[in-house]
Amino acid sequence: MLGPNGAGKTTSISLMVGLRRPSVGEVRLFGRPPTDRRARSRCGVMLQESGTTGVLTVREIVDVFRAYYPAPLPTARALAMAGLTEQAAARIGALSGGQRQRLYFALAICGDPDVLFLDEPTVGMDVEARRAFVSSIQTLAAAGKTIVFTTHYLREAEELARRIVVIDHGTVIADASPAELKARVPGKKITLTAGRPLAAPDLDGLPARVLSAAGDRATLLSNEPAAVLRGLFGRGVELLDLEVTGADLEEAFLALTRRPETPR
Amino acid sequence: MTAARAVAPLGRMLLVQTWSEMRIRWRIPAFSLTVVALPVLFFTFFGLPFARQTRPDGTSLGAYLLASFAAYGVGSVMVFGFGIGVATERGLKVDVLMRATPLPPAIAIAAKVLNALVYALLSLVILIAYGTLAGGVRQDLTVWLSLIGSLLAGSVPFIALGFAIGYLCGPNVAPAVANLIYLPLSFASGLFMPLSQLPGFVRSVAPYLPAYHYGQLAWGAVGAGTEPLAVSLAWLAGYTALFLAIAIRAYHREESRKFG
Repeated sequence: MLGPNGAGKTTSISLMVGLRRPSVGEVRLFGRPPTDRRARSRCGVMLQESGTTGVLTVREIVDVFRAYYPAPLPTARALAMAGLTEQAAARIGALSGGQRQRLYFALAICGDPDVLFLDEPTVGMDVEARRAFVSSIQTLAAAGKTIVFTTHYLREAEELARRIVVIDHGTVIADASPAELKARVPGKKITLTAGRPLAAPDLDGLPARVLSAAGDRATLLSNEPAAVLRGLFGRGVELLDLEVTGADLEEAFLALTRRPETPR
Repeated sequence: MTAARAVAPLGRMLLVQTWSEMRIRWRIPAFSLTVVALPVLFFTFFGLPFARQTRPDGTSLGAYLLASFAAYGVGSVMVFGFGIGVATERGLKVDVLMRATPLPPAIAIAAKVLNALVYALLSLVILIAYGTLAGGVRQDLTVWLSLIGSLLAGSVPFIALGFAIGYLCGPNVAPAVANLIYLPLSFASGLFMPLSQLPGFVRSVAPYLPAYHYGQLAWGAVGAGTEPLAVSLAWLAGYTALFLAIAIRAYHREESRKFG
């Protein structure tokens, strides 16, 4: 689940795991309300806004959580998958931010759940922790587990997900495979200053979305900047200044949100 | 899939959860030391000098004072343990983490109560041993057992009071509020010194306070009670209902704010 800050990702996860009640509609997990103990026993959850008392050790709290589930993973395996083997005897209060994030991952997987809900799991992880996390996610997915995670990094979603749901302001604006989404989201931003004021015919029909155009300046989003430039030159537009940069996610979302129902 | 269990056994869950609560409490010296040491300390100052005297009705003053501090001690385990404990966990957002697990809230609460009862028992055993050895307070074993039994069973209103404080107060405020409520309450109920030595105003207020009737359970166990057991129990039940109502209200208010 991909979206900028404030898109409603955390709220969606909270609804799915039964931490919040929907004002409209209903949520079902394995055909049951998500608050049902039988449903909860099959899911693991990692939240952003949660904590734990710091005086237990890593191994102790994982053992306590294992007791909540009918068929938990062996403690050592859960710790290894989270990359916490060396910290097993450490008190939770002594963990770094990244290690703490790994602990929440260990607590989410220790019950060997069929479905995992992870809210921004890689926030605060260092490079090494992130690598271990990615490999664990891939192992779990290969074992047939369903993993739902939120992120605001398009690259992270592309790397890990088979299906990406883009939400913004609480609305689904795209639901596609990474390849489809990438084709739909313009990856480059073209900022240009022309030798003369630009008119509508100059920009119409280019493989680009116009972010802004005023006087001799325009900002476009496109996946094919070379084709855009060829088109402009073909229409006799001279360029005084040109900059092509990678579009950031915010702009890509803007383009998706404004996607017209029918092509112009 | 094979016909594996759909959920984990609740009995084992309760056991593991209680053990975890006990370890957490034990590793917070501010709690474990306070609940065990304070009643002993108070008894040393206010009880030991008079431990071998006899009250006008012929019962042992030492046993009377020991029973008073025993009641104070168990009440403090409940009020401080639940009040500060629940407020701290809410501050750390442990409640959010636990709510997403298959652990039923009833088991989580039962584990906290069991844990508190174990610490209360520990505090009682240490205080009684200290009073016997250092103060020469002599009572039959059945008297001590009756004291322990009635104080543990009668501690429910203080558990409810602790929950009310824990849900109404934030983690920084809860210790102060718990002290501001519990210390004057204990004092005005005659748990620190006999009511006969307190000002007339306090004596007239005491019979309306929960700790006074809790004290009556303790004094009754050592043969120095001044009201029928049924009256004490009725007052304690009434206060339980009141504190529970406040706690449940605060819980629902927070629940609709945080999880609505």
